[in-house]
Amino acid sequence: MDRVKVATVWLGGCSGCHMSFLDMDEFLIDLAEKIQVVYSPIADMKEFPESVDVTLVEGSVANEDHVELCHKIRAASRVVISFGDCAVTGNVPAMRNPLGDPEKILQLVYVDRADTHPIAPKEAGIVPKLVDRVRPVHEEIDVDYFIPGCPPSSSRIKEALTNLLEMGETHLTGENLRFG
Amino acid sequence: MDSNELMEIKEAQIASAKPIRLRCCLAAGCLYSEGEAIKEALENALEEEGLTDQVEVLGVGCMGLCSEGPLVQVDPDGILYEKVKPSDARSIVAALKGGKATAKIGDLSHPFFTKQVPVVLENSGKVDPERIETYIARDGYQALNTVINELHPSQVVEEVTKSGLRGRGGAGYRTGLKWELVAKTPGDRKYVVCNADEGDPGAFMDRSVLESDPHRVLEGMAIAAYAVGANQGYIYVRGEYPLCIKRLQIAIRQARNLGLLGSAVFDTSFNFRVDLRIGAGAFVCGEETALMASIEGRRGTPRPRPPFPAESGLWNSPTLINNVETYANIPLIIRKGAAWFSSMGTERSKGTKVFSLAGKVKHTGLIEVPMGTPLRVIVNEMAGGAPDGGKVKAVYTGGLSGGCIPAEKLDTPVDYESLVQIGAIMGSGGMIVMDETDNMVDLAHFFMEFCVDESCGKCVPCRAGTVQIYRLLDRILNGMGEDGDIAKLQELSEMVKSCSLCGLGQSAPNPVVSTLRYYRNEYIECIHKNPKRNGNKNAVKAAK
Amino acid sequence: MAVKTLTIDGRLVSAMEGQTVLEAAQEAGIHIPTLCHLDGVSDLGACRMCLVELGNSPKLQPACVLKVAEGMEVRTNSDRLRKYRKMIVELLLSERNHVCSVCVSNGHCELQDMAVELGVDHSRFDYIYPVERVDITHQRFGVDHNRCILCGRCVRVCDEVEGAHTWDMAGRGAKSFVITDMNQPWGDSTSCTSCGKCVQACPTGAIFQKGATVGEMQKDRTRLEFIVTAREKKQWIG
Repeated sequence: MDRVKVATVWLGGCSGCHMSFLDMDEFLIDLAEKIQVVYSPIADMKEFPESVDVTLVEGSVANEDHVELCHKIRAASRVVISFGDCAVTGNVPAMRNPLGDPEKILQLVYVDRADTHPIAPKEAGIVPKLVDRVRPVHEEIDVDYFIPGCPPSSSRIKEALTNLLEMGETHLTGENLRFG
Repeated sequence: MDSNELMEIKEAQIASAKPIRLRCCLAAGCLYSEGEAIKEALENALEEEGLTDQVEVLGVGCMGLCSEGPLVQVDPDGILYEKVKPSDARSIVAALKGGKATAKIGDLSHPFFTKQVPVVLENSGKVDPERIETYIARDGYQALNTVINELHPSQVVEEVTKSGLRGRGGAGYRTGLKWELVAKTPGDRKYVVCNADEGDPGAFMDRSVLESDPHRVLEGMAIAAYAVGANQGYIYVRGEYPLCIKRLQIAIRQARNLGLLGSAVFDTSFNFRVDLRIGAGAFVCGEETALMASIEGRRGTPRPRPPFPAESGLWNSPTLINNVETYANIPLIIRKGAAWFSSMGTERSKGTKVFSLAGKVKHTGLIEVPMGTPLRVIVNEMAGGAPDGGKVKAVYTGGLSGGCIPAEKLDTPVDYESLVQIGAIMGSGGMIVMDETDNMVDLAHFFMEFCVDESCGKCVPCRAGTVQIYRLLDRILNGMGEDGDIAKLQELSEMVKSCSLCGLGQSAPNPVVSTLRYYRNEYIECIHKNPKRNGNKNAVKAAK
Repeated sequence: MAVKTLTIDGRLVSAMEGQTVLEAAQEAGIHIPTLCHLDGVSDLGACRMCLVELGNSPKLQPACVLKVAEGMEVRTNSDRLRKYRKMIVELLLSERNHVCSVCVSNGHCELQDMAVELGVDHSRFDYIYPVERVDITHQRFGVDHNRCILCGRCVRVCDEVEGAHTWDMAGRGAKSFVITDMNQPWGDSTSCTSCGKCVQACPTGAIFQKGATVGEMQKDRTRLEFIVTAREKKQWIG
């Protein structure tokens, strides 16, 4: 049987969910027999593949690159899973939303309050423009399943993936749904 | 005060009337379009012409046809002058002696006037709201006299029950039944409250009644107080109605001075004091439990019912709350009898109803018609249909809590049950007419913005649900809607309707539900304008 | 007092006249979700989590204020009720800035618990991200309006148990917010007795003890219960 093609993506988040993923320890070895990681920040692929079975999206939609990638993911993936609180709720990255205009926030953080080198990061073509309002992934594209948690524990991720691989769907319940 | 003295005041007032009377409308609309100046100019012109001994100028309340105001009517000639300016005064006076007036002459044979049946508005535009004698001259306070001196409280309740009168504030609860509940609930203190916190967009019936004929409401309240055994009344009137407040204050003072309110009414052991409470601009205070909280000096938010005010209302005492128009019906029901009243209207909706006409019609203003009058008669005949060759598209009745009625259903008679059947309600009587240029999504958006602003915030469905409904409507209206949005709107609306704490929250989604019912295609059209619609999002889902 | 017999979710339950359906259900071990209800203070019927179905009536009633009646037929857990409750929790999560991961009450929050109980894996409604204040002027406590669900427990516990009435509600609609005194900084409040009952009553991390960091703010209701029980049973009166 062909292994399931899995991608993991890191949008506006801290990569904690990926760390938790790696925390699954020896289960990763079992997993490697069933899945093939075709795109991931922890693997070296430059372009998102054209056809993926399952994509785990970590992080919120915080800049224009994220928006573009989201749509690419949705078009290419059979199943999209919001992976962790940032993807599910916006979480910490979205805490900038009430503060308003992102340009002003950049100015404040990188220039006005800077100890050294007061420069706002905005190299055209390199640093993507921030979107006005950070949002969870499902506000940008359709999402099939959700794995909340900041980060979701490795056991929670294991449960979600096991369900998906065995039953073709994964609706977490009970304590596995706890945010935070 | 006794019956003879009341008669004396009536006769003196009638005797003092001069043969010719010029009635100037001084209700809000006309008053703020130079009404006072017109009255003064007419008085000066009469002075100049030396006609003051035969002709008098009266400041009266609303004559109904607000869109043609300021209005002046000549008695007994029966001439109505429209859009009068102070500069027309001389010619109007000259016309009394056969000249020609420069002001436009209105058509009193127009259905706007001929199809009306004034009960609540019988004195509106006829009495001077600031002079109690003019009210007494038209048999004012006679009903109260009869009730106190000749009837047992239970007989009064019975009469109201027999009349079939139902609450004019919106829900249409049987007035007699409500009175009976309060009368039968034991309690040392009972209260009678008049809800004059009219807040629906486009509604100005209660305002007009209070500005034009305040004593009628006071008399109705006093009768109610006698019937249920209360001796304290409150009128909760919104602060945005300064003229109502002023005229009510004057009316209460005059009635008290004549011994018609206060201690020993009609020299009997019946006491009834009425106080005003001024609302501070919260729509929710029109909801009875919030209104009572506000009167008690607490934050004006609703509480769950039961207990209903009849059991436990103001300061936990049995309390009767009726709307302005409900009380205004009472004096005539007593004077002319329950049988007379119930001869008007339909099987289950008796009497008449006052409507305020606003929006895309030729004649806007105030009308009173028997229950059961088809909407088409009101909108097309009386109000003259859409102006400038337009076509009436829909009528929104019942204010915020109501619903829209498409033009094809205009043959629906206005009565409580028929309106509910087509997804609207009688409500308090606001009627907003829309023509073909009006977008129904925009209408729902407007109403929902109002709901968001006016939600008190106590219960979650109304506080947070209306915000989300508004956001969805905003998105759809601005061409950013998604295919699933209509389903989401419906789901949210159903939840807010079923779960909200008070009537306002429960009816907050009505504008969305009723426009979706009849104008779903307009929502779909708006959504189809979204250039990004279906993007990758749904296309992929469909392919799955 | 008379005993009333009713059915809750098909079970025969007896309760004292004057008791609420919520009390009757709790005594019978039937769980009805609540958020604004707090044992020992009056009920508002505001959060609508405890709505139940009655007989054939289409109208839902809040169990916390609904009095038991003979022959009453109550359903507490229909598909319809679960659907509405879930939506209400989603609405609460989206209306303010509830960021569990950085909240002092993470793991000990009644709103978070409710999301778990009702299977909320995400909010279908747009997050509003309003601008909300944080008041840490009080020496020992703080209030973070980002996490407030406007349940009014602080208002009631302060008024009815402590008797200070420092807290109240201001504004309206989504812009409502709890205030101390006449909307003065909490630290300047002259009526506040610093008893901390509001801290213990608050279901989320909105009112907290200073110095607590993420997940450390555990609310302790035992002292509230102690005082309320003592008062109801008149334990301190000779």
